[in-house]
Amino acid sequence: MIEVINLRKNFGDHKVLDAVSFSIEKGRSVVIIGRSGCGKSVLLKHVIGLMVPDSGEVRIGGELLTGKTERELLRIRRRFGMLFQSAALFDSLTVEDNISFLLRREKQLTPGQIQKRVDEVLEVVELQGTHKKKPAELSGGMKKRVGLARAIVYQPEILLYDEPTTGLDPVVSDSIDQLIIRVTQQLHVTTVVVTHDIRSMRRVGQSIIMLSNGRVYADGSPDTIFSSTDPTIYRFVNGISDSKEKNF
Amino acid sequence: MGHLIKTFNGGILQLGELTILAWETIRSIVRLRPNGADFLYQLYFIGVKSQSVVLITGAFTGMVLAAQAYFQFHKVKMDTGTLALVSVSMCSELGPVLTALMVAGRVGASMAAELGTMRVTEQIDALRTLATHPVDYLVVPRVLATVVALPLLTGEAILIGICSSYAVGVGLMKIDGAYALKNLLYYSSAETVFQGLIKATIFGGIISIIGCYKGLNCREGAEGVGRATTEAVVMISISILITNFFLTLFLSRVLAP
Repeated sequence: MIEVINLRKNFGDHKVLDAVSFSIEKGRSVVIIGRSGCGKSVLLKHVIGLMVPDSGEVRIGGELLTGKTERELLRIRRRFGMLFQSAALFDSLTVEDNISFLLRREKQLTPGQIQKRVDEVLEVVELQGTHKKKPAELSGGMKKRVGLARAIVYQPEILLYDEPTTGLDPVVSDSIDQLIIRVTQQLHVTTVVVTHDIRSMRRVGQSIIMLSNGRVYADGSPDTIFSSTDPTIYRFVNGISDSKEKNF
Repeated sequence: MGHLIKTFNGGILQLGELTILAWETIRSIVRLRPNGADFLYQLYFIGVKSQSVVLITGAFTGMVLAAQAYFQFHKVKMDTGTLALVSVSMCSELGPVLTALMVAGRVGASMAAELGTMRVTEQIDALRTLATHPVDYLVVPRVLATVVALPLLTGEAILIGICSSYAVGVGLMKIDGAYALKNLLYYSSAETVFQGLIKATIFGGIISIIGCYKGLNCREGAEGVGRATTEAVVMISISILITNFFLTLFLSRVLAP
């Protein structure tokens, strides 16, 4: 279970997260939505302990993340897999080395077992035969798939996706969505997806959390969110701009 | 006045962060066994790949020093002291300092740029999500490799500097080779060489820690990476020159025969 309690984060005078609280049950698939710059990615980085909040706490399975040292957090992060917006593949390593990075460092499996795991996850993300390619040789969609393979190869309990379909064409976006759904079902993991892709949020999430002005503005099922008549939610899910807003 | 206080506070903050990074690196080296493959790759990149630049620097420094020393010594009929002056200067000061400055330009800048790019492309965050401490994976192999490589490179620079000064002094200026070598051996002691190698080891630590620190703390975007690289080279160069002065005072007393 992921618990976020009264999380606050400021960058200088800019209030990014303002008393954000929510919880996600184990095995659930939750989508976090909100306008660009509303703090979705910052929130996700707090959930995995990559950022330190100004105040508030994050608990994973009851264990407090806040206040832990970087070395203490490494053990907790082993429970997570994360797909970054840019995929964040190590550009000096091949696809195979990227995926097996953690397994090779942990030295708990034999090279043969590691190779078998790599082959399996590459099959899951439908990228067989790309073992020796470097990230620079891959397309945007392929990079995201390799990033996902790297995140699931060590069988984490929680998967975090930071805008997995941003910058991809609709067909590739669809395939990534299908992949997220398949991985969630096959591995029975808790899934948190940050996105502003409307089609993606409807398909992937069992529930949706909407952030606005650094706060949780809405928290409900996709049906509730998409049928809401609240002006802020309505405008967001239907992609309608408001010229009266200062950010217009 | 406000700007001065801000700059001073920034300097103190950086010094504190550098100390923490150095401490974290030492702890990681002591507690965890560093990855041999990563260390060897860095040793190849920092040591082997820097040889040409270091050898050229050493050779031409030795040559110009020999020529200048000869021009002055010749006036007072002390021509055969030329190689001794070159040897002492190369061993204790010019060898370690010039090697460190050349390696700073090549390796320190490269470390800052590489780690800075990794930071802005979220690769360092990805490393952390893969339960790997950036210091263990990125900093430790670079620091170890630089600390091992720099004394070796300095030794090479000293050797080539003295050899090339011999070529200029004896070959070009027609100094008596036997007396020049006798004076060289008389005035150059093991302590002088040892002083240079100790300095080189410390400079290796300075180059790698500052290079990694600037990269790990790089700001967003291409401008951030560029600035981190420039700042790394400037900070390393100044640190080497200042540290060298204090090391000379300290080691001259400690290693005095």
